[in-house]
Amino acid sequence: MDNATLIAISSIVTAGLTIALGSIGPALGEGRAVATALSSLAQQPDAATTITRTLFVGLAMIESIAIYCFVVSMILIFANPFWTHVVAEAAGK
Amino acid sequence: MRLSPDEMILWRDGFFKLNATIAYTWGLMLALTVGSMLVTHNLSLGLSRSRWQNLLEIVVTGIEKQIEDVGLRRPRKYIAFLGTLFLFVASANLCTVIPGYEPPTASLSTTAALALWVLAAVPLFGIEEQGLGDYLKSYAEPTIIMLPFNIISELSRTLALAVRLFGNMMSGSMILAILLTITPFVFPIAMSALGLLTGMVQAYIFTILAAVYIAAATRGRKSRPEMDTTIDA
Repeated sequence: MDNATLIAISSIVTAGLTIALGSIGPALGEGRAVATALSSLAQQPDAATTITRTLFVGLAMIESIAIYCFVVSMILIFANPFWTHVVAEAAGK
Repeated sequence: MRLSPDEMILWRDGFFKLNATIAYTWGLMLALTVGSMLVTHNLSLGLSRSRWQNLLEIVVTGIEKQIEDVGLRRPRKYIAFLGTLFLFVASANLCTVIPGYEPPTASLSTTAALALWVLAAVPLFGIEEQGLGDYLKSYAEPTIIMLPFNIISELSRTLALAVRLFGNMMSGSMILAILLTITPFVFPIAMSALGLLTGMVQAYIFTILAAVYIAAATRGRKSRPEMDTTIDA
């Protein structure tokens, strides 16, 4: 196996693993956050605006962790620096 | 496949390149500036006012209310900065309904520039409010051991701000492009509707986080506001 194949295999597998493993934690966290927000909304409907605002801010923060994983996997697939290096070297030969 | 509108080059002359990010950013700035100039050149104080003045008043008072809710007690002082951030990001994300438009916020350059402005504005507002000595002392807040961690958190939250907005907008257009190749008709519409919602929420988050950071920096030890909102990324 030459270097290019190795880089391609490891990039693709790592990209899949990144997004798969990286979305587990945020999914659990978002589920907990929404569940807690719903029960507090049921208890105190008067505080709905504050709860909703805090919930949205918190959800976006949790979600951004999943987004980081997504950015990393997209970089691995579409803008991989090692892959472009190998391609540039092959073109230079 | 393009990862960002940076790679879409519209015009090139030697060293100078005009990519889609710059072009759309300037287009948006032009639209926002000329639009609000047209609306504000004849404002009325009376009860009868134009529709557009009503719209702008709703927007401005809404932003002011939100800033106040976060814990900044004089929102007028901060609305120039925070309101501009919100309006720019929101209009950049909402204009994705226009065909052929690429949101400039889907480029890391734009979001990094916005986040750097927040990084610069937080100490400036903090020093203005508390004085240089008190502001610098707040970095060593509970103990002096926390000094490096406070500085690291200042930098890492800037990175988080930039990557969060970039990732959300980029993923929106990316998922749309991937879905178009798999299920061409109905599903992309639903996803782009969701993308509009995400864009709006992200604009809100960006502004609220900047407001929270400024509120944390301007909050002196002597004056504690009644509402304690400390969110850290």
